[in-house]
Amino acid sequence: MSALTFTLKQPTAQRVDMSPLVCQKLQGLDVDAIAAIELQNGKRKLRVDELFYITGKNTQEIIIANATAKLDFIGKEMDGGSISVQGDAGAYLGMQMKSGCICVTGDAGLYAACEMKNGLLQIDGNAGDFLGGALPGNKQGMKGGIVLVKGNVGQRAGDHMRRGQILIEGNAGDYCGSRMVAGTIAVMGNTGRYLGYAMRRGTLLLWNPPQLSATFNDCGSHTLAFLPLLFASFKSLNSRFADSSAAFNRVQRYGGDMAETGRGEVLVKI
Amino acid sequence: MIINGVTIDQTFAEAFPMKATRAIITAQNEKWAMISAQAMTGFATSVIACGCEAGIERVLSPEETPDGRPGVAIMIYAMGGKGLAKQLETRAGQCVLTSPTSALFAGIEGGKPIPLGKNLRYFGDGFQVAKKIGGKRYWRVPVMDGEFLTEATTGMVDAVGGGNFLVLAESQPQALAACEAAIEEMRKIPNVIMPFPGGVVRSGSKVGSKYPALGASTNDAFCPTLKGMTKTDLSPEIESVMEIVIDGLSKEDIDKAMRVGIQAVCDLGAANGIKRISAGNYGGKLGPFHFHLQEIMA
Repeated sequence: MSALTFTLKQPTAQRVDMSPLVCQKLQGLDVDAIAAIELQNGKRKLRVDELFYITGKNTQEIIIANATAKLDFIGKEMDGGSISVQGDAGAYLGMQMKSGCICVTGDAGLYAACEMKNGLLQIDGNAGDFLGGALPGNKQGMKGGIVLVKGNVGQRAGDHMRRGQILIEGNAGDYCGSRMVAGTIAVMGNTGRYLGYAMRRGTLLLWNPPQLSATFNDCGSHTLAFLPLLFASFKSLNSRFADSSAAFNRVQRYGGDMAETGRGEVLVKI
Repeated sequence: MIINGVTIDQTFAEAFPMKATRAIITAQNEKWAMISAQAMTGFATSVIACGCEAGIERVLSPEETPDGRPGVAIMIYAMGGKGLAKQLETRAGQCVLTSPTSALFAGIEGGKPIPLGKNLRYFGDGFQVAKKIGGKRYWRVPVMDGEFLTEATTGMVDAVGGGNFLVLAESQPQALAACEAAIEEMRKIPNVIMPFPGGVVRSGSKVGSKYPALGASTNDAFCPTLKGMTKTDLSPEIESVMEIVIDGLSKEDIDKAMRVGIQAVCDLGAANGIKRISAGNYGGKLGPFHFHLQEIMA
């Protein structure tokens, strides 16, 4: 059975709420029923077939083609199956995702993977601010799963992050890992200012020396046994993180944020 | 049945259900992994008084361990899940957490999860760090030589304990040599341990005692020095009897181990003073698993 493909007919001026088009909600629906689903588009509601050409039948394998940054909430609360976004994704990509896999060939907007619970979210381009963060007012961000970004990410990546892994091949903006509760953020590129601001626990794993606040204390250089296990778990990813030459187990360890609980760590490759 | 001059008694070994788990200890090198494993499985010969039966299953190459370092697989058997969990945790805390460079991982996937490092983490006094990697939960406990890395849980499965056979020989050195040969072969079989010192028991027991406080006492029917004083099971030329006890994850695992062990004993044969192979059974009342010697060697 071929993948259920939604091809955007033309760029839309208003933003589109794509949250109804997730695998578990489409399961068992025929093409006519799917075409009749209404999507919020700005202040109007439009049928799916007014916005997209629909081909294929497999509701557990969704392709969104010609995608633009106006398509918000792709894969919201997704629970199994796969969504492949050909192009850019809007805000709230994979928000509160429970399981399954989302791949985006382009960029993603704000709040990608926010409050994500499990599964794999891969962004081949860049991601916006608050990647894996908590929604405004909420206390817990990403709670599990893996987010892989091949490009750069904006500010506040992993804000309030609770568990899971955010892997960034490019650079991270300011406040990376801010208010982090636990989990792991790995950044191969450079990081901005205020790294780990108010982080309580969790690990920031860096390939390049950061600009650290005074509230992070040097714990010395160490060989850590969990790092080989961590890198081994990346082997199945389509990423530079899977490359054995990227792995290391010798790090400089900084503890912080001492202005908070101070049980977090910044590990820098040496 | 006679193999190479050795009589195989028409009897069976009687075994009982147990709960079992496996853990993998790794260290900087095999020497320190083995030191930790030996400490962890020490004083664990018989559930009668030790709370568990434990032993080293085999040495693992770096390719076989989760962290790519040399390792040792150990197994622990107990009569119930609660007792097993307690023994595992106590022994891990005293013998692996404390051992230089060690790390501790689950050795059984599936089964009921029981704590491995789940509670040992509190040794970290709040500085411990949890990491979930590949669906498994690990704890990093800061210790003076660096970090003690341990998996949170390991699996507990149903198992069989108390498989055994007796080697009856003309002299003590001959009985021991035969048992050593058997143990060498049996150690090559996976999923089994021989929990007694060096795998060999010289104090085989019967159920009960004339002293009410004791649940087990010497197996007088197989004690050579009592031949004229009790209802003996020994012929005049037998001067020494030794037992090999086997715990395994399944009846089939124990079958295999008994077969290679008894065969190794029989290979030495009557020419080396080995006269009979027998087994410990208690009239079929001790447990539901029966290992018939002649069937195993058929």
